[in-house]
Amino acid sequence: MKPKNQRLVLVSAALVAVLAAVLLAMWGLRDRAAYFYTPADIAAGKAAQGQAIRLGGMVEKGSIHREPDGVTIRFLVTDGKAATPVVYRGIVPDLFREGSGAVVEGRLQNGIFVAETILAKHDERYMPPELGNLAAEHKAGKTLEK
Amino acid sequence: MIAEAGLAALWLAAGLAAFQFFLMILALRSDVEVTRAMRSIAVVQGTLTLVAFGMLLLVFARSDMSVELVFANSNSAKPFIYKVAGTWGNHEGSMLMWVTILAVAGAFVALFSRRTGERTLIAGLGSQALLALGFYAFLLIASNPFARLSPAPPDGQGLNPLLQDPGLAFHPPTLYLGYVGLSVAFSLAVGALLTGEVDARLARAMRPWVLGAWILLTLGITAGSYWAYYELGWGGYWFWDPVENASLMPWLAATALLHSINVLAARGALKAWTMMLAVIAFSMSMVGTFLVRSGILTSVHAFAIDPERGTFLLALLSIYVGAAFILFAVRGATLKEGAPFELVSRESGLVVNNLILSVILGIVFLGTLYPLFVEAVSGEKLSVGAPYFNAVAGPLALVLAVLVGIGPLLSWRRERRPVLKQLRIPALIAATALAITIILAPGIGILPRLGLVVAAFLAAAGILPLVGRNPLRAPLATWGMVVAHFGIAVALAGMAANAAFTSERLAIAKTGETLSVGPWLVQLQDVTPTAGKNWTAIEAQLRASRGSGAVTLKPQTRYFSDPPTETNEAAIRTFWNGQLYTVVGKSDSSGGWQLRLWWKPFVTLIWLGGALIALGGALAMLGRLLRMRRRQGASVDWRRKSYA
Repeated sequence: MKPKNQRLVLVSAALVAVLAAVLLAMWGLRDRAAYFYTPADIAAGKAAQGQAIRLGGMVEKGSIHREPDGVTIRFLVTDGKAATPVVYRGIVPDLFREGSGAVVEGRLQNGIFVAETILAKHDERYMPPELGNLAAEHKAGKTLEK
Repeated sequence: MIAEAGLAALWLAAGLAAFQFFLMILALRSDVEVTRAMRSIAVVQGTLTLVAFGMLLLVFARSDMSVELVFANSNSAKPFIYKVAGTWGNHEGSMLMWVTILAVAGAFVALFSRRTGERTLIAGLGSQALLALGFYAFLLIASNPFARLSPAPPDGQGLNPLLQDPGLAFHPPTLYLGYVGLSVAFSLAVGALLTGEVDARLARAMRPWVLGAWILLTLGITAGSYWAYYELGWGGYWFWDPVENASLMPWLAATALLHSINVLAARGALKAWTMMLAVIAFSMSMVGTFLVRSGILTSVHAFAIDPERGTFLLALLSIYVGAAFILFAVRGATLKEGAPFELVSRESGLVVNNLILSVILGIVFLGTLYPLFVEAVSGEKLSVGAPYFNAVAGPLALVLAVLVGIGPLLSWRRERRPVLKQLRIPALIAATALAITIILAPGIGILPRLGLVVAAFLAAAGILPLVGRNPLRAPLATWGMVVAHFGIAVALAGMAANAAFTSERLAIAKTGETLSVGPWLVQLQDVTPTAGKNWTAIEAQLRASRGSGAVTLKPQTRYFSDPPTETNEAAIRTFWNGQLYTVVGKSDSSGGWQLRLWWKPFVTLIWLGGALIALGGALAMLGRLLRMRRRQGASVDWRRKSYA
């Protein structure tokens, strides 16, 4: 190859690489990105059944219920406006409590959120930003109510 | 006084960096002789940052609660090693460590770099000073690590218990050395673009830095993966967490750079391409730092949520990356392309390697930043995780792994030898592996199966460069390549085996009860309370047996009081053919305990492979250094002779 052609080939190869990355990423992101919803969004029917999503809110007080097998739990996640029933099989993470914030990853099946992962906040400093906003809204809402 | 001394050293270093940059401009515009002045300034600047960092270490070691950072991140009850490691277990301290490494790397270039042209060295040192200057400004204006509290509180707030782990002491410094080692490649590339001296000499000057940074990144990622595996208690080794991606992206770019730099060093080709990769590699380090340190992510790594800092870092990042790309756009086209090569040649093979690595980098980059982008544009929140990365990047990585086995067999410029013939045995081994997996494990997924087959192929093809010659006579660099490529095969085999053969058991058990997982029978013998220096815990005693012989495992759930947190401490036992991984959870009302058990065949190969990859890098590094020394020795001899 002549040096000039060589450069042309290299430049086109680089462009093809960039294009391929963008196209592949777009294709992959179209149905593999998990959107974040609140219980109110789910009550409004915004989330599609069976698709991987994230649900965030507070674990409703008195809602944690353990199944007889000892490792499956059911609870309600609430944002003050609506509540979504969640079922999870596994060891719940550190500091997963009633009345504290949690983000769960999983899918909606027949109106029940089947969680694959629970992300509870580790402590005040490691609160997921989604929840941070939610808590702020929550507070703001309460002040308004007063 | 200690904190004030540290702050003063930091200000002085910042002043020197500004002066160093000013000298570069002076030198490039006129022919003033500044090389020696710049070298000394860079060394002093590096020393001053070391002093500042040493002072911060000291206030942490002494638990000086009048320093706000110590108060917020330490506690006098902590074990001593975590007091020291706490220095970089927080935002300000880790940024100070970052800039310290940046300045010390600059000092090392100033001290030891004799290979590049003088003007390129000056421009490179100037660029390094400008980089450091931005981060000094960030520290001094937005993240002062030495701020005082008055009056001094009696005791500190403590450190996230997840971070109280021996891994913490070494993981961040290793990664930071890797990140910042790439800054030298960046600065030398910027320098060479400014002066137009992009040649084999430059490549040889850059290579030890890129290689060293790459080795440390490999080690850092491998260690981080193992840390997540045993500390988080989720049994996974890679979560495609944005913070993990933040370390993977510079590694991918550095891997590409490492390969293209060899083309530039050996053949003088791929000039613009290599400069581009050098710019991208450090840009990815900065993107990673921005992602982790700006607090826009949710993670144990995201120390503080402070929009002002995030904006500052983003501005720095945009200025540096933007300036480097503009420089590249202006000067890159003027570079003469080097020695030509044929379509089938070592050079082409390395170009293909670079292309695939770049595509994977692009995929990881877009997937990591997409949620931030969408939220900024539409306010919608989403996350991108394993399903995306595995499906999109996984197959490409497999293709790349196949080519890794073939590329090193090609010769420079033009291929004349019958390469395909050499590959007959590896192909046969791969076919056998395929047949075995189909017979013994018909039910496993397509990606894990292909992973096992490709790993078998690569393990066989990877050692071919040593076949047909005396292996002891082969250069260390060749050995390094073979070991690193073999490491890829080993890691790939571990990942595929883990995906294909892991057995998991989640159940509740009463004392005396036995559960089975894979070939194991695990009996819960007892659950007892226990305590450490700053935690209390419940500990389960598990007796695991398969056939003859039994082992005891003791997983714990730990409760920390400052700050109040629980962690699951998994108990892991390693065998030659896998790991038994156990976690104890909560108790239920009837006195049973939640147990989560995994049998993970050959999972250790993942980290063994990572270690082999790093070892390969180290061998290549050693080979290059020995050769350099021999050459220098030879030239000294020659000089002596000519004097005589």
